[in-house]
This record gives sequence, C-alpha cells and structure tokens, in this order.
Amino acid sequence: MKKKRPKSLVLFGNGINCEYETAYANRLAGFDTTILHIDRLMENPKDIHRYAFINFPGGFLDGDDLGSAKAQAVKWRYQKLRSSTERFVDELIRFVADGRILLGICNGFQLLVKTGLLPAAGGEYGRQTVTLTSNDSGRFEDRWVYLKINQLSRCIFTRDMDKIYLPVRHGEGKCVADGRETIGKIKEGGHIVLQYADEKGNVTGEYPSCPNGSTEAIAGLCDSSGRIFGLMPHPEGFIHYTQHPRWTREPVEKSGGDGLRIFRNAYRFISENQ
Amino acid sequence: MVYRIEVSCREQVRDVAGEKLKKRIKADFGIDVVAAHVVDVYTVDADLSPGVVDVLRKDAFVDPVIHQGLTNRPTFIDADWVIEVGFKPGVTDNVGRTAKEVIEAIAGAPFGNGEGVYTSKMYFLKGPLDKEGVVTIAEGALANTLINRYAYKTMEQYRNDNGMGVYVPKVSIAARPVVETFDLNMDMERLMQINRERTWALSRDELVTIREYFNRKDVIEERKRAGLGAQPTDVEIEVLAQTWSEHCKHKIFNAAIEYEEDGRKESVDSLFKTYIVGSTERIRKQKGKRDLCLSVFKDNAGIIRFNRRYNLAFKVETHNTPSALDPYGGALTGIVGVNRDPFGTGKGAKLIFNTNVFCFAYPDHRGVMPPRLLHPKRVLEGVREGVEHGGNKSGIPTINGSLVFDDGYLGKPLVFCGTCGIMPRTINGEPTQHKEARKGDIIIMVGGKIGKDGIHGATFSSEELSEVSPTSAVQIGDPITQKRMTDFLLIARDRGLYTSITDNGAGGLSSSVGEMAQDTNGCMIDLEKAPLKYQGLSPWEILLSEAQERMNVAVSPERLDDFLALSKEMNVTSTVLGEFTDSGKFHVRYKGETVACLDMKFLHEGLPKMNLKARWERKIVDEPPIPPPEDHNSLLRSVLGRWNVCSKEYVVRQYDHEVQGGSVVKPLTGKKNSGPSDAGVVRPDLDSFDGVVISHGICPKYSRFDTYHMVACAIDEAIRNNIAGGGSLKAMALLDNFCWSDPVSSEKNPEGEYKLAQLVRANRALYDYTTLFGTPCISGKDSMKNDYIFNEIKISVPQTVLVSAISVIRDIRKAMTMDLKEAGDVVIVVGKTYPELGGSEYFSMMGKSGNIAPKVRGSVAKKTFAGIERAIGLGIIRSCHDVSDGGMACALAESAFAGGLGIDADLAKAPQIGIFRDDFLLFSESQSRFIVSVKEKDLDRFQEIFRAVPYGVIGTVRADGRFRIRGLDRDVVVDTEIDALFDAWQRPLREMFK
Repeated sequence: MKKKRPKSLVLFGNGINCEYETAYANRLAGFDTTILHIDRLMENPKDIHRYAFINFPGGFLDGDDLGSAKAQAVKWRYQKLRSSTERFVDELIRFVADGRILLGICNGFQLLVKTGLLPAAGGEYGRQTVTLTSNDSGRFEDRWVYLKINQLSRCIFTRDMDKIYLPVRHGEGKCVADGRETIGKIKEGGHIVLQYADEKGNVTGEYPSCPNGSTEAIAGLCDSSGRIFGLMPHPEGFIHYTQHPRWTREPVEKSGGDGLRIFRNAYRFISENQ
Repeated sequence: MVYRIEVSCREQVRDVAGEKLKKRIKADFGIDVVAAHVVDVYTVDADLSPGVVDVLRKDAFVDPVIHQGLTNRPTFIDADWVIEVGFKPGVTDNVGRTAKEVIEAIAGAPFGNGEGVYTSKMYFLKGPLDKEGVVTIAEGALANTLINRYAYKTMEQYRNDNGMGVYVPKVSIAARPVVETFDLNMDMERLMQINRERTWALSRDELVTIREYFNRKDVIEERKRAGLGAQPTDVEIEVLAQTWSEHCKHKIFNAAIEYEEDGRKESVDSLFKTYIVGSTERIRKQKGKRDLCLSVFKDNAGIIRFNRRYNLAFKVETHNTPSALDPYGGALTGIVGVNRDPFGTGKGAKLIFNTNVFCFAYPDHRGVMPPRLLHPKRVLEGVREGVEHGGNKSGIPTINGSLVFDDGYLGKPLVFCGTCGIMPRTINGEPTQHKEARKGDIIIMVGGKIGKDGIHGATFSSEELSEVSPTSAVQIGDPITQKRMTDFLLIARDRGLYTSITDNGAGGLSSSVGEMAQDTNGCMIDLEKAPLKYQGLSPWEILLSEAQERMNVAVSPERLDDFLALSKEMNVTSTVLGEFTDSGKFHVRYKGETVACLDMKFLHEGLPKMNLKARWERKIVDEPPIPPPEDHNSLLRSVLGRWNVCSKEYVVRQYDHEVQGGSVVKPLTGKKNSGPSDAGVVRPDLDSFDGVVISHGICPKYSRFDTYHMVACAIDEAIRNNIAGGGSLKAMALLDNFCWSDPVSSEKNPEGEYKLAQLVRANRALYDYTTLFGTPCISGKDSMKNDYIFNEIKISVPQTVLVSAISVIRDIRKAMTMDLKEAGDVVIVVGKTYPELGGSEYFSMMGKSGNIAPKVRGSVAKKTFAGIERAIGLGIIRSCHDVSDGGMACALAESAFAGGLGIDADLAKAPQIGIFRDDFLLFSESQSRFIVSVKEKDLDRFQEIFRAVPYGVIGTVRADGRFRIRGLDRDVVVDTEIDALFDAWQRPLREMFK
C-alpha cells in the first residue's frame, strides 16, 4: 500500500505572493500540500492542527504598510478569535508544542519575528525581542547570497547542510535585537541558523555578501526547539538547477537546488517523528 | 477625537531613511545637512478607548525593538528645521488604509462614518539651511505639490508651538451632486470654450456630430420617454467625450490620410486596419495550422497558444502624462493598471511577468527646468520606485526592460509597462479566450471604491501637457487591494461564476461597462449603488472616475449569490450596479432618475472619421567628418559609459525578477551575476519545461532620419534579443506601442504633416518586416500627444516605437546567455557591418548626426535568426549576445566582462562593406548582428549551418582579463583589461545613486 503523505499548509492572501512556488517545493519534498487563504483560515483557525507543517511564504502582507508583516502580526496578537478569548498566536504556539513545524520565508520570517514566535529565547513565545528592518542600503534588492549554516543550531530544517546559495529579495532584512542580552541569548541558545557568507563560506557582514547589514550577519533564526525556522533568503527560489543564476556556465547539481534540501529536511523530520 | 501618533527611531538605532535623505539632499541640491531624521505620523480621527490608543503607540504603529511612539506630544530631535509632508484630501493613502484595518482589528469594531486614519511624515533637518533651502528641499525632494501638502517650521517655532499641530485632511465637498444640461445649439466658439474648460477634448467636427444627434426628432422623442429633456446632460456629453477620446478610439490611427512623398500622393484609410491588423491577418493566413494567435486586437490583451494546457495573454501600455506629473503615482498606476489588462482578457489570466521600458531625459540634465516639469533624475527615481512597489508587491517578476535616454523626453517621460498572463486553454469546457456578457447578466463592480481620482484621464492624455492640465488626473494605485481582488477573481473564474470580465482603466465605468454592453447591445446602470470614498460626487464623476483596483464582471442571476458569498469570504468589495440589456441604449440612472440614455450605435460608431494630411521630406545634415580617435581604449570606455549603454543594475536589482519560481534567464547574468541579458526566460508552469522568452526593441534615436528604418530596427532588435536568449522565430509574437509627438497639423503644430508622414512610414515598416519575419503583432497601443507646451517652450518626444517580443520554447534547459563561457572558445561575429553610424552612440557622443542610420536587410536577417536558433538548439553556441547600442566593440566588451574572460580579436576578419576606419567598424550599429562563442571543435558544425549568412571568426577567448583587438591593418587598436571596461560600464548609475 502506498504510504500516506504528511500534510502541509501554505498560507496565501492579503499580499502573500510566493505561495505557488512554496507549495511546489513542499510537494517536491513529498508533502500533501494545501494552499489556504488567511481569511479563510481565520474562520476555522483550529484547522491548522490537521497539518504537520505550516509555511508562511514570502510577499508583502498588507503591503508592509506599517513595516514588513507588521499589520498581520498585530492582528494575530490582538484580534480575538471567533467566539473565543484566544488569539491566533496562541493556536500557533500550541501547534509547535505538539511537535510540529513552522517555516517562515522572507515576509513569513518577518511575521514570525513580529508575532514573537522567533527567536523566543528561553521559551518566551509571544514577546518580540528582535526585528527585521530596513536594509542599510535603504533599498529592496534581489541578489543571490552564500549562507553558512551554524552547526550548533538545533534547527531541524538545516540538518546535514553546511554552505548554501539562495536568492534574497527584500528591503527589510536587517536583523536587529532589542539589546546585548538578547544577542547573547540567541547566540548561546543556538538560535542563529544561517549567516551571510562570502563565496568561500566565511561569515561576513560586508555588503553585498551580507545584503542588509544584519547583526551578526544573521539570515535565519530558529526557536529553542529547532522546529520554528525563519529566514530572509528564499529556499523555494532554488529548487531546480535552472533557477541558479549561473546554470548556463557552471556545473550545477541537477537533482534539485539548495533550497529543496530545506523542504526535504522538513519532510524527513515529519516522517521520522510521526 | 483626533490622536496624533508620532513614531521615531530610538536613539541608538540607525535611521536608514534619514541617512538616505541626507545623501539625496547632498546629491540633488549640493546642500550638506549635518543630519536628517524621518518621523512617521498617524493622525487618527476616530473614537477609540484609551487602551486601544495605547496599543497603537506602544506596539501597532511602532516596532518596539527600534522605535518609540508619542501620542499627542511632539517628538524632539536635535535639528534646525522641521518639514511635514502629507497627502492632500482625497489622495489615496495606502498606509492610512492599512492602519485603519489594524485599529478595527484591535478594537474589534469597524470605524464609523467619516472616521479615518491619515499618514504623514516629518523630516528633521540639521544644518546651515535658510528658508529658501528648506522650500527647495521640500518641493524638490519630499513633496509633490500636486498630491501633497507640506508645512515647515524652524525648531524654535516648533518648540514654541509645541509641535507641528494637528491637521486632518478629510475630504469635504460642500457641493451636492447635480446633473447639468447643455444647450448645444449655441455659438460654436462658445461651445469650443466650454469644451476646453471641461477637458472634453472633443473636436469641432465631433461637437457638430453630437449636436446633430441630439437635434434628431427620433432622439428627442426617445429621450422624452426616458424622462430626459431635449438638451443633453453632462453625463451624456462626458460619456461621449470619453468614449470618443483619442485614448479610447485611436482616431489618428483610424483616420483617412492623404500621404505625399516627392510630389506623389497616396491615400491610406486607417493605418491601424491597413498595416497593423493587415499584417497580422496576412501572417495568420500564411501560417495556417501553425498560427499561434487565438485573440488579437479585440480584447484587453492579445492571446496566443502556449502549450496543450495553457494560453498566454500579453499587453504593454504606457502611462506617460500621469508619470510626468507624479512619477511615483503615475508609474505605480501604470504597472498595476496594465496588470489588469491580461487579468481582464478572455476569462481572465494569472499574471506571470512584467516588463518595463522607461524613456527619460538625461539624469544629469543641467539648466532651468520649464514650469511644471520635474527634473529627470527625480522622474527616474519616482518612476523606478512606483514600478518597484507595483511589481514587487503584486508578486509578479520583472524579467525584462530597459532605460532609454534622450533630451526630447524632458517634456514627457515615456513609461511602458507590460504584463503577461497565463490561462488554462479551457475552463469548465469553455475556451478561455472567449468571453461574452449575456442579456440579463448582472453588472458587478469588484474592488476599490470610487473617488475623484483620475477623472478625465482618458481625455486629458489625449492632449498635450500644459499649464491647464488638471491635477485630478493623477491616481495612486494600491497593489495590495488589487492582489486581494485578483486572488478572489481567479477562484471565481475557475468556478465559472462570471461570463465576462474587463478592467476599469481609462474612462472608468463609462468605458468598461460601455464596452461590455456591446455584447448584448445595452445596459442599465444605477449609479447611486456605486461605493464612494466620500460623498459629494456628481453622477458623471462616478461614471468617469479612474479610481484604481476595480474590475467589472458580468454574472448570471443564478450565480449571483455564489459570487457575492465568495467575495465576502475573501474580504473583497463587490457591488451590483445594474444589468446588461438588449435595449440598444447605454442607460444610466441616479436615484431612480434617468441621467443618460444614449444609443449604443451612436456611442460606439457615431464618431466622425478624421481626415488628415501627411507630407514626407528627407532631412539631411551637412557636416564635416569626425577625425579618427587617438585612443580607442578611452573611446571604448566612454561609449560603454554612455547613459544608453551603461549598466542598469541599479534599477534591475530593485525589482524582484524571481518570484513565482520560474526564473530561467535573469536580467543580470554571467560570472558576477551582473552582465546584461538580452532577453528574459521564464517557466510559468513548473511541471513542464516549456518556457517563454521575452525581449524588446526600441531605437528612437533613428527617428530623425527615417521612421521607416527606425521601426525596422526596433523589430530587428526585439527579435534579435529574443533569438539571442534562445527564443524561436517560428513561435514568436510581437506587440507594438507607438508614442508620438502630435501628428495633427494645426496653427500651433506646423510640423504636424511631417510627423504624420513619419507615422505612416513607421506603419509601413511594421507591415513589411512583420510579414517578412512571420511575427504577428497581437496587441498594442498608441499615445499620440507626447508634447509639452508652455508659452513659447515646446518639447516633443522623439517618435518612439517599442516592439515587445514573446516566443514560446519547448525546452528551457536550452536557454542561452550572453557571457563568454570558457578560455579557448572561438569568438564569431555573425552578420555584416555597414558604415551606418547615423544616430549611433559614438556619433551622438561626438555631437554628429551621421546621416546614414542602420537599415534592416530583411531576408538575410531572417536567415541569420534561423541559423542562430538552430545552432542554439543543437547546443553548438555557448554564448550569444546581440549587437546594438555601442556596436560590436561594446557587445564584445559586455560578453567578455560578463564572462570574466578576455578576448583576442581581429577586426579584419569581420564581414563588412565599405568601412575603412577601425572606429567605424567598432561602433557602427548595423542591425541583425550577434557576437557568439563556440567550442573550437564545433566550428565545422557551425559553418555548416551558416553557409548562407555572413559571419567571421574574429578571435578567441582568453583565460585572463586582457581585452585586445587588432584593427583593419593588423595593429593593436584596443588593449585593455575587462575590469576597466566593466567599471566604465557600471559607473554612471552606480555613482549617481551612491
């Protein structure tokens, strides 16, 4: 009998715009994937518990009008769910506590940070301690970056990975913490998953290898469980070799890009822990 | 109660926006401010609990990690001046709209009537500034007085006043909605005066035709029955003026033209039908079963076949006049506006890529700007940002485009925005290229609300820009409202909930419902049902408003409940406005009273045909030849650094060119991801290797010689770029956009006959070359009044045609890029070079005309394209770059530095005729040429394919970065490093926007 594929959810609507390729990457990795509108989900928020894996894709939630992903984050932290005193963010915390996994990409990462789900050092979910704000260049930029994976991180999405190459496409990707104490905690707690690096894999804060001036060259963070992961680069932007900017001139692995490995790790984790 | 919440960066936090402003003040005005800081202001006019206001200040409007917020207390920052800039009442405030939604979510209750949120920004400047300097900065960089209000104070005054004070830019229109009537049987001069005052832009002939219509006995009778008097209402005249505008009816392209050349006379009945439709029809007939076209010239976009599952819909539009007045808002509206074209074509298409071509005056322009014009650098930056926000926020990749510079664009920039969409070939068994409203279908408007935005856009863009241009003609788009709407409509489409769809663009409801109503021959609209942004709009304003983010659909009564339920679920406003009828009337009511009742036939076919004269003359400049250059190295660097040649990376990087995951060839390519791609390649369906290659050609610099050859070159360039990217000539379609300087002769436009002759010749070339290449135009657009007139000053754009090309390929894994790949490969120039330096970058730099501009030798060009296509398909070609601005020298340099490899080349081996000077051979811009590289072992196979096409093996690829070219007499004439060439090419925009 054919093995039942684990279910994953990809949100869309209100300005999210990478749902198509994010869902595609999910399916390539082995998931049975549903794309669902945020407003639709808010009608029955408990539906998230039917899935093993939730993706918050890239885009411009509410146009990033109050700052990237800010308006949606505020709604999820303040708006009471239908006939309940709970908020959606509580539902998400429960989802992760159940051993399931969340991935926030670009705008989705900004959303996770601003809802306080990342980095949530010391398990303090729901309080925002870092932010993602305007790049030092003051510009939105689309460029490919090398990323070094922190081998000490507990992130389940980056297992067996060391150096990867992915596109960034953002104007607000500079990671800033609310103080030294937080930086200390996220370093010691293994919350730093990805850092911008040069071609050789050495971590660097130099532009343009580091496109935004991030503290500690941070490109991605996880929570202390390693099951919530957010990153500014787009893993769904490199799931086939023809997406690589130099595939017409360099030998590029034909069996799937660096980004696909992140989704495959998600699949592996769910398969092993179901 | 009004709350003013100010949000500023905490002290230790870097204020990136402030730093950017400081740099800009230095670059644009030469003023060294010591510090600049930006503070966001939210003016909330609503009844809120103190708890909610506290959340806004501490959390919702601030980022608690980096910001601090103050409610009804002024922010103090060390500065000398404070400037505050906000919107004028009624201007779209996207951030204000989102802020309102957030407050409603926190408070758990919707805003009451008249409550709202308004945003503004405060700029704190420290430095040696006087009042004049502050005004210069405010008006030159921060506020566009057309849409913004601004105020400024010295810090002392700010302190004394305890802040800037509170201002609520609420719209209050005292006037009550009225319907006026006009007695058209008045003196013609008086009528023409009213025509001007009301921006109807009707001609004398048209006014006479309208007068005759309303004087007809049968019309008077019928109108009486509908409850109308003998005199037409303002609603009726406005509808006619809009429907008959140049913008909507393309009167010049449909005119009867008497063309004269060297004493010979010829008449052309409609350039559009004769040349554009004529060429496409002929090509389609010739192609027979291989014809790609599914719907041409009749819908909002052209539709071609993509593969067994999908069709493509493609459209390119211009948004020139609004972009001249408000570059940001104009360009933003341009891109989100053209998005609605393929979206509203057939049953509706999902959008897969954007393409943008901008024409500006030189950004380093010096000299006094004529009244009402903005400096070209500001126009460039505003347009760039508008398209950035429109494209990126909509999640549509921008995969192709260019920037073109010419002094003639000082009066009006040209902003071409294009979008391609993909649609399943059939939905619920019905072919998607067809749509048809049926009698009894409900008219539903979907999306945003109606305000005074963009009223008279259609008639206004049909006139030149002048001191009386109305300010209301500017709209600001909102990509997120549009994204919500398109997300919803695509689901409605797949469920078969509507029978027809179209967008609300120029002319608003008047145009969109008027067009849809042609399916059933009539409609009935009840205008008071339309959702308004604010009260006080008269019926004609509701009908003509160009407020953005709106589509119209026709829904059958049985599906109405389903449609409205889905709309509600997805948080999108849908409003029933009326129904389609077969009454033969365009019938409009307001609160039950008829305010317009026009015959559909008269509305759409009553327009009198224009009769125009065209006279062609050749213009030759007598000039001495230029002396040979002393140093070809520095000459090459100078040409690479010309505005029309240099790297556009500054702009390209700020556009997302990869979203949706189908990116195959990106606009920047090569070893450092920064070489200039000739074409973009996308894979819209990730389950298939089928792809779309997109490119364009534009060469207005040749227009002053002969627009016939200008168009031939633009077509050649578009195809050439497409083929260079791996495109296919057999499966290619084109799209034409004409942007002309007024070709209608009059007292104030004595050049009109010549300009019309230029238009005729341009069309002839379009016919000749598209039929030769077998590449049909599937859609297009014209914009005929690209002039600026102010008293004695007249600035006209150079006659411009943008040709966009899309082709369908079956294997994106064979797509091609322009960067040299490997040392030892041989470098070949394909195509012959002629002494064609007229209009070239080289001669323009030397201040010369050159007289002889490039021509396209069509049959050789076609063989060349076929050869390249075949050789790429067989995998023989390793890099392929088109030769265009800056000639062979620049193409070789670009391929070299993009590949990070040098070249040894020998000019004597390049095929050419009649050239005796190295500089001419290096910089001639002859058409249909390519620089390709192949493996040495593949040379025989290459030769086999190119038997009938001139080419020359001119050199080899070096492992190091040395770039060396021998001249016609074998001396080394260029000897330099690729890094130096790359730097010269990258420098101009990089330095300007440091």
